Amino acid sequence: MALDAAWAVRWARWSAEVVVAEREHLVELDRRIGDGDHGENLARGLSAVQVKLGQVPVPDQVGEVLRLVATTMMSTVGGAAGPLYGTAFLRAAKISGVSSLSPAAVVAMLEAALEGVVSRGRASPGEKTMVDAWAAAVGAAQEAEGAGADPVAVLAAAADAAEAGARSTVPMVATKGRASYLGERSAGHMDPGAASTAMLLRAAHAAAESS
Amino acid sequence: MKKLMNEADRFVPDVLEGFGAAHADLVQVHGDPWFVTRRDRASGKVGLVSGGGTGHEPLHVGFVGHGMLDAAVPGPVFTSPTPDAIVAASRAADGGRGVVHVVKNYTGDVLNFETAAELLEDEGIAVRTVLVDDDVAVQGSTFTAGRRGVAGVVPVEKIAGAAAERGDGLDEVVAVAERVVGQVRTMGVALAAATVPHVGRPGFDLAEGEVEIGVGIHGEPGRRRGPLEPADALTGHLVEPLLQDLALGGDDEVLLLVNGMGGTPLSELYVVYRGARRHLEDAGVRVARSSVGNLVTSLDMQGASVTTLRLDPELMALWDAPVRTPALRW
Repeated sequence: MALDAAWAVRWARWSAEVVVAEREHLVELDRRIGDGDHGENLARGLSAVQVKLGQVPVPDQVGEVLRLVATTMMSTVGGAAGPLYGTAFLRAAKISGVSSLSPAAVVAMLEAALEGVVSRGRASPGEKTMVDAWAAAVGAAQEAEGAGADPVAVLAAAADAAEAGARSTVPMVATKGRASYLGERSAGHMDPGAASTAMLLRAAHAAAESS
Repeated sequence: MKKLMNEADRFVPDVLEGFGAAHADLVQVHGDPWFVTRRDRASGKVGLVSGGGTGHEPLHVGFVGHGMLDAAVPGPVFTSPTPDAIVAASRAADGGRGVVHVVKNYTGDVLNFETAAELLEDEGIAVRTVLVDDDVAVQGSTFTAGRRGVAGVVPVEKIAGAAAERGDGLDEVVAVAERVVGQVRTMGVALAAATVPHVGRPGFDLAEGEVEIGVGIHGEPGRRRGPLEPADALTGHLVEPLLQDLALGGDDEVLLLVNGMGGTPLSELYVVYRGARRHLEDAGVRVARSSVGNLVTSLDMQGASVTTLRLDPELMALWDAPVRTPALRW
């Protein structure tokens, strides 16, 4: 059950697997309100993370794994998602430089990731971006930790909330990112960045459940 | 989908290897990460660097050379290049007097260039960024990511490149580039969407007899759809917002640039140019300089954009200055 470096490696690998499997779904979401490249870019970046994890000695700290994920995504994803996810994982890596995460450390890691996405993308909740999924995840994680949940349960709450956060973007009118060019026409579609954020956080929880 | 391509994931490398071999006298193509530099790099000048997704050729790689860009950074198809590639290209372009990044206002480009600029500043390389946002289809407001950077980036790169070539300093090159940004506007129309090679189907669907007005250059949908009208009427929908946004009239002199999106023949672009020129002249605007061709494309998108740049004597002289790149030469 420990959220250690092995968990972080599983999280990265499972993220790659789910995004590669859902690539077409993400492409389709992005095709409706963006330019259709989100699934492709993220699948390429996370596949590169998988390759990298097979090439280097596996780090023994959570933070080092997340740093490797961050730098690899930053140099392989491109688009807006590259710097956004890259910054999120880089900030998360700084906070989780321990061998195993406590419930409070899980919350701090998610808070740092959200702060990274917000500072890089200058978006706030309600603008139909990945911030809507990250912010929902952080809120739920804080609540679960406050109620005395264990680290895995904190992640479960975060993953559930991220999925709800992604669904909440459907009726929103985008005011940031490429979907904002559509104005009212962006309503009725889920934001692809929020959808992929929910996938990654679900992978984080699934990787913890199996440990 | 029918495309002249090998495996989809070889597309960008194949494009760049072909481009580098075809124009080896003017440019050098570097791999891992991919970027393009000019052969005859003058030392001691301000470096001019731009970049963006592949699929807009000749933008940006075709504008590397004497009098224009020192380096260009191509990303994957319709996807911004990554910070490591932008850093490598900027290091190569830096002649000790700093580097200017010319960035089209698209979220991905902005975020990746911004990240790269932070890394370069850490290395002690002075970087200034000029954001190009000429697309009047998007109303600049707090409710959108702002106007997009489209075909207006060509006169920005040409004129800033000429300023850098004559020896202007970092602040001067930025100032002249920003003057162009302030006076250049573009509006485009699509008749059919582009097909990204690794996606395999059009980026959006348009019915027969329907056009997308205000389309961007990545196949993202525009602002409204309308019926396919005769070329002069459609051209009017493109020129009118330019006249209004720049408040053109009186004795204004402009550069008129009619740009093809990649899937429209040059003959049709001349039909658009004729209509646009008449429309401008009827409004009392003098067309002092012209450019017609496929400069900022969107793969195989059918359509065109019209760009006007209000000229002053200095901008005109810098536009006229010698340029020697794969795509522009005079």
